[in-house]
Amino acid sequence: MNGIIEIKDLHYIYPGDETESLKGVSLTIEKGSFVAVLGHNGSGKSTLAKHLNAILLPTSGSVLVDGMDTSDETKTLDIRRKVGMVFQNPDNQIVANVVEDDVAFAPENLGAPSEEIRRRVDAALKQVDMYEFRLHAPHLLSGGQKQRVAIAGVIAMDPEVVVLDEPTAMLDPKGRSEVIKTVTELCRTRGITVVLITHHMSECIGADRLIVMSDGSIVADGTPQEVFSQVELMRSEGLGVPATTELLYELNKSGHRLPLTALTVEECADEIAKEFGNVRN
Amino acid sequence: MLKDITLGQYFPGNTIAHRLDPRTKLLLVIVYIVGLFNTADFIGYAFVIAITGLCMYLAKINPKTAFKGLKPLVIVIVLTALLNIFYTKGTPIIEGWIITWEGLKKALFMSVRIVLLIVGTFMLTYTTSPMALTDGLERLLRPLKKIKIPVHEMSMMMSMALRFIPTLIEETDKIMSAQKARGADFESGSIMRRAKALLPILVPLFISAFRRADELAIAMESRCYHGGDGRTRLKQLKYEKADFEAMLAGAVFLAAVFVMKHFGL
Amino acid sequence: MSEIKVSGLRHVYSAGTPFEKVAIDDINIEIPSGQLVGLIGHTGSGKSTFIQHLNGLLAPSSGTVTVDGENIFASKEATRKVRFKVGLVFQYPEYQLFEETVFNDIAFGPKNMGLSEAEVAERVREAAGFVGVPEDCFDKSPLELSGGQKRRVAIAGVIAMRPGVLILDEPTAGLDPEGCRRILSNICEYREKTGSTVIIVSHSMEDVAKLADRLVVFNGGHIEFDGTPEEVFSHPEELKAIGLAVPAATELSMALRRRGIALSPSIYTISRLLEELNALTGGGAEC
Repeated sequence: MNGIIEIKDLHYIYPGDETESLKGVSLTIEKGSFVAVLGHNGSGKSTLAKHLNAILLPTSGSVLVDGMDTSDETKTLDIRRKVGMVFQNPDNQIVANVVEDDVAFAPENLGAPSEEIRRRVDAALKQVDMYEFRLHAPHLLSGGQKQRVAIAGVIAMDPEVVVLDEPTAMLDPKGRSEVIKTVTELCRTRGITVVLITHHMSECIGADRLIVMSDGSIVADGTPQEVFSQVELMRSEGLGVPATTELLYELNKSGHRLPLTALTVEECADEIAKEFGNVRN
Repeated sequence: MLKDITLGQYFPGNTIAHRLDPRTKLLLVIVYIVGLFNTADFIGYAFVIAITGLCMYLAKINPKTAFKGLKPLVIVIVLTALLNIFYTKGTPIIEGWIITWEGLKKALFMSVRIVLLIVGTFMLTYTTSPMALTDGLERLLRPLKKIKIPVHEMSMMMSMALRFIPTLIEETDKIMSAQKARGADFESGSIMRRAKALLPILVPLFISAFRRADELAIAMESRCYHGGDGRTRLKQLKYEKADFEAMLAGAVFLAAVFVMKHFGL
Repeated sequence: MSEIKVSGLRHVYSAGTPFEKVAIDDINIEIPSGQLVGLIGHTGSGKSTFIQHLNGLLAPSSGTVTVDGENIFASKEATRKVRFKVGLVFQYPEYQLFEETVFNDIAFGPKNMGLSEAEVAERVREAAGFVGVPEDCFDKSPLELSGGQKRRVAIAGVIAMRPGVLILDEPTAGLDPEGCRRILSNICEYREKTGSTVIIVSHSMEDVAKLADRLVVFNGGHIEFDGTPEEVFSHPEELKAIGLAVPAATELSMALRRRGIALSPSIYTISRLLEELNALTGGGAEC
């Protein structure tokens, strides 16, 4: 077991609620992996996310972050330093009037010396490609830029895991692809474990692992190729599948034998071209 | 409309006035105000005006911008002037008139005083970012912590408020448009009706402000915020040579004002 | 039910200051009664500025807007009247809910029109019906509802004014796939039953393309493309160049055409792509 996060039989009931929002979730997240969590509103995916850095504590079951139990209050700060969290609304997580002051917020809280903070802030801003905006006022930036500042603010803590709770829900397509690109790089070049919570299927395609949640439980777990191949399941969950999978699936219905695992547009086109190559002229 | 207010706004720059330590600037503003209130005659006011002009020159503030900032306060200034004109006893300008020479002089001085007061503080906010300002304030007030005054919390609250002003202004504009689109009328009717017409704006604005506060608190905790203890800063406040020079200049200014007052100038 | 004519429309923000910015320029468009128009463009393309002229919230720097033949900026009364004729649902409309009950919130618009109490109640019921808000929700506080329900209540608040034109700015923003589907099908049903003109503003082509009779693409403050979805999507390269995401089906058919498969250039739905592919092999076309 080399899990940076280990969740065992996690149940959670919101105060005042009668039904469980999480109904026994068990999950191990490997260090350095890119995990996408897909599900509807109310599927429990955000509730799960909030357990990863001790914002919510399990009603029963346990969440271990690098071996530390989130219910151990003496460890809360250490856990939050290890697991950074980016939220949906970029406006509500930016605390300062100047971009670099905002990115400095977490290392300041951790009591890092001033030169160290400067180094981390500059590195984080370069990582998300916002360095040239370091002296700008955040409220004048675009949604995608704000969200990248928020990501920089989290990586300035030097975390091992970054959890993003629907970071693209309020963005336009351009901002969305900026954020996904940034997040992917974070995992691939810096080796940071990424947990991306989303309801956009297209954002899951590049992940190492895709977890589908429904009604407080995990209903599918595997590589995006494996999960999206289960077309009926995904449709019955009301989530659907990417257009590429849908096309291959429908073509197979009329007698073709195409692999449903060709997720990207180029892969999918290659497969179809192979199959239809003989009718080219 | 809401966005056009320049008073209290920070304009980034790199003048000597921008580079001074915020604590220095806060102290200088206090010195300036004390000086202003101890000025009582033409020469004194001329002196203060000259100093103000010099400071504005050093901060590269366009006088036009400063006057634009005064616009929202014109009513206050005019009202003060009128009250002083009509309610000061003395020698009437023309026999039997209510307006006196003393009244005119006082009205002039009071209006100039208010204008200078505003311009003085305007210079502070113009050259100092809100973050630096609250930082400076926190550091200056730090001794009060000993008598259990939550200085850090207060300054944090202030900087959050400043951070969210543009966001909430934008939001107010949006909500207003949305309610107008549903036929809300903010412009006609009696005062009571107009006040009532504000509900459709205020209620959503408050709900949203609370939601934001809630989310912000979680985001801050997620970034390891745990109060002021052990917190360090990216930009440490440090007095430089220029700060000492500026404070010296402030002391000279204050001395000059008191000397002039003593000699009744 | 209402038709819109816009000619020579131009809007300049902060005119006469150093921040002066031309948001839209030389917009000419006619939208006939009953059409469903998808208005597409990325943030800052001028589409939001444009729609706020259609119900008189913004006054043009130059140019005219007429609704059913009446110049909406002719007088103050005309501008106020058009608010009820052209219903505008803003982005994230749930943030405008303010009344204590769902019923009262939907009733806000009709009450502002000065209708009788009975008429208001009828309109509220009708509007709630269109968006699928059940009557047993009427006495609830809007704050108790889920995100998708709140949005439907907010849309009902505009529909209740029985506007001849319904404009929705990003009606599906931030909703999950299920929520998106519900809202869009509500809107379609509304149009079918009432015959209203509907304008949906979006930066995503995918959803809108399937419903719209016509697509209008904004870019840099002017209209870049205007035509049926087939016509507009036959320029996929140009659309991508101005930073718009084309539908996945278009993307796929472009990739297939690059590989030498003979497909028509304006495919924008998976079902159409499937049809053409099946036609190529001669099989399965009857599905």
